Amino acid sequence: MNDDYKPVIGLEIHIELKTSSKMFCQCSSSYFAKPPNTQVCPVCLGMPGALPVPNKKAIEWTILIGKSLNCRINSFSKFDRKHYFYPDLPKGYQISQYDDPIAVDGWLEIANKESIINQSTKKIFRIRRVHLEEDTGKLIHSQNGTLIDFNRSGVPLVEIVTEPDFDNSEDVKKFLEELQVLIRYLDVSDADMEKGTMRMEPNISIISQKSKVKEQKLPNYKVEVKNINSFRFVKQAIDYEIKRQIEILKEGKAPIQETRGFDEKKGITYSQRKKEEAADYRYFPEPDIPPLVFSQGYVNSIKLPELPLAKIKKYISLGIRFEEAFILTRNKNLADYFENISSKFKIKIPNLNLKIENVDQIIANYIVNKKIDSNLPVNEFINKLIENLKPKEVDKKLLEEIIIKVLKNNQKAVLDYKKGKLNAIMFLVGQVMKEMKGKVEAKIVKEEVEKKLKNIN
Amino acid sequence: MLLGKSLVEISKLIEKKDISNKEVIDYFLKRIDKYDKKLNAYLTVNRYYKSDNFYKMILPIAVKDNFCTQGIKTTASSKVLKNFIPPYESTVTKRLIDASFFILGKTNMDAWAHGSSTETSDFGPTKNPWDLLCSAGGSSGGSAAVVSSYLAPAAIGSETAGSIRQPAAWSGVIGLKPTYGRVSRYGLIAMASSFDCPGPLTLTTEDTAFILKIIAGKDKFDATTTPNEVPDYVASLKKKKQFIIGVTDEYLNGVDEEINKSFYQLVKILEKLGHQIKKIKLLSPKYSISVYTIIQRAEVSSNLARYDGIRYGNNRTFFGSEAKRRIMLGTYVLSYGYYDAYYKKAQKVRTLIIEDFKKVFKEVDIILAPTTPIAALKLGEFDKYPFFGEIMDVLNEPAAIAGICAISFPFGLTKKGNLPIGLQLMGRWFEEENILNLTYQIEKETDFLGVIKKGVKKYPD
Repeated sequence: MNDDYKPVIGLEIHIELKTSSKMFCQCSSSYFAKPPNTQVCPVCLGMPGALPVPNKKAIEWTILIGKSLNCRINSFSKFDRKHYFYPDLPKGYQISQYDDPIAVDGWLEIANKESIINQSTKKIFRIRRVHLEEDTGKLIHSQNGTLIDFNRSGVPLVEIVTEPDFDNSEDVKKFLEELQVLIRYLDVSDADMEKGTMRMEPNISIISQKSKVKEQKLPNYKVEVKNINSFRFVKQAIDYEIKRQIEILKEGKAPIQETRGFDEKKGITYSQRKKEEAADYRYFPEPDIPPLVFSQGYVNSIKLPELPLAKIKKYISLGIRFEEAFILTRNKNLADYFENISSKFKIKIPNLNLKIENVDQIIANYIVNKKIDSNLPVNEFINKLIENLKPKEVDKKLLEEIIIKVLKNNQKAVLDYKKGKLNAIMFLVGQVMKEMKGKVEAKIVKEEVEKKLKNIN
Repeated sequence: MLLGKSLVEISKLIEKKDISNKEVIDYFLKRIDKYDKKLNAYLTVNRYYKSDNFYKMILPIAVKDNFCTQGIKTTASSKVLKNFIPPYESTVTKRLIDASFFILGKTNMDAWAHGSSTETSDFGPTKNPWDLLCSAGGSSGGSAAVVSSYLAPAAIGSETAGSIRQPAAWSGVIGLKPTYGRVSRYGLIAMASSFDCPGPLTLTTEDTAFILKIIAGKDKFDATTTPNEVPDYVASLKKKKQFIIGVTDEYLNGVDEEINKSFYQLVKILEKLGHQIKKIKLLSPKYSISVYTIIQRAEVSSNLARYDGIRYGNNRTFFGSEAKRRIMLGTYVLSYGYYDAYYKKAQKVRTLIIEDFKKVFKEVDIILAPTTPIAALKLGEFDKYPFFGEIMDVLNEPAAIAGICAISFPFGLTKKGNLPIGLQLMGRWFEEENILNLTYQIEKETDFLGVIKKGVKKYPD
């Protein structure tokens, strides 16, 4: 990348909550693969006279997300109406939050090896706000025209907005992966990009460093990219945009503020809507829903589980290497599985007559490297682990026979060894191991081979 | 035998088996056939009454056409919803049906409740039963007219600011606007959501209390309803309560002389009944016009956004000019750069008006005032004033803005036109019991000077 140009990237991320009912009515919020317009009622169809009643669980989960992102939870919050016309928006407005979002001013740290060891290289990205709103219906385009499916209409949607803290697509990708892991830890959403339960729109602009102005302000334009449905495409779209905008700047022109779509087949972005067409949403407080007032006691009662980053740090303190700790904590079920095995196994150790150091690292290694299937029930996993860790019974007679045979067949190696090429022993050990089909530890074989070699003159 | 009988009286007749449900409903259907062509008070008449159980209590009631009634066409008097048959029941009508009411029909109103005369109805205005050249008032003009002419023993209306009280005053019946949040708005086609209140229009105070008891209370489908307990409004009518009643010149300025005369006549009667009359100071109702107009237009522009032509058949070109004007003004006050100057400022003044009432209600229990500055106007007057509704409702707007409860009842007739005069009582939030109690006392003492009976008699069987 050209040093004269610095990308400035901020993110808007939408997370669809998996509450059992929708945001403002009793309809089921699980619409995936359901026949069109079967999960609807007067409220989510926006019928005349219908009124929204907010889903308490969704509010609670939004606070939970806010807390997990180190946000301040506003003690006063409210819903607002955001007006725009689109056929999938049955009320002509979306119930969203404007100037009093549920959570503000947070941050998310990306787990990486260096930062865990050296705090000064910590990668932290600031969160501007977290708010709650409703999803829209879906347009289905067919040859006979466009149809509307309102099953998704009114499903709770959390919007997370970051500060423009990113300057490269790799950090964005890592941030999104970390966020996805976090959301799944909270068990409030599947956060699946392909299914659309996690959606993201990057805002990208470029600061030209050439101006040599000391305090660089943000550029006076930004380009929002929509319809991205995988982490890989996020990276592609951002890289494409950065290149495109820098080229424009190099020509001495200024990129325009616009919304662009992403064409995943071509890997490029294309213009969708220019600034002049930007909507005035005419926000005003939703009169159908009383303001939300959260007491400190209520906010405190919403408890966070142990989060992935804290787990990584804990695992490392247990003696697990970063790599294993990272993989184990990417999935809460796997981390729970590990912790379950670790605690149960540690109780058993005193009765096992096993000499093992760094138990947790060993378990982590067995899970991460799939030496034992981690789909097994915990007890079965432990049994297999014990079997694996037990010193193996060696058939001494067979071993001796094989050593004699190997030494006989590899005279040259024996001779080399005798001449002082001590490394030659490893070849002999390897041959014995092969013949023994791994039923013996290399350490024992080496001892026995050495003994035998001493006896040969 | 039935003419002029109140709901409660009819229910007693049915109970005693003096008359059957079918006879009662047929009676009203017959009267509707006889008189409604003249009055244009009903938009839809529900003739599909069936009852196998002859003496099971079923009471007829008329409902304003902005309440969604499952299977019965609901238009809000707009051609946009000309063919809309709701797939669901509003909470108010559901509670009535559950309490054995039969919906006789849907009554005419100003389109989307925008107006005070029913002249903005896309289906023609409702005539005042007292003088067919006059307006019945609005927006619940149809509901007021059917009660006044006894084409229904009672009706449900809705008020945003005056839409129950003003037509009740002009048509000579009782109209209650409950406290905001007392009665569910679920299924009421929204006009201005932060003001809208469903309420009854009746011939007697007892009927108002009777209906309110049924429709009031927390609704899980309306987040703005309160969990406050619903008292037995009927039982508490009979306690002889003493009140401190506030009166203020601010509500008498510019009011027709004959109406002010009625007002002072009632003041004397109240004193005679042992109540204490106290002069109070309230913010001038004129501030309410600005506040109300801005907030209401903003909410209207938002609430009508759903009629975008994609659903319900008819598109936006079917909106009448009043709705279009309101949408444009509302859109303007919410637009970027104007929001703070209009909407936000109006909300601040709204808070001041609420505080003003809170202060006054520390000194008095109830405020007495005229309901309207003038008695019913001739049809056609509406066209002369761009803010006709706001001016006609000037005395109703403060209570609507503050969300307090208020009741209008007839009190005498004008000498000039022999038209009903309406006076109103405003009470504290959720103190419907008090204003109903005082109205009942007035009714027992004065029979409202016979206005209601005279009205009904104009329409013999």
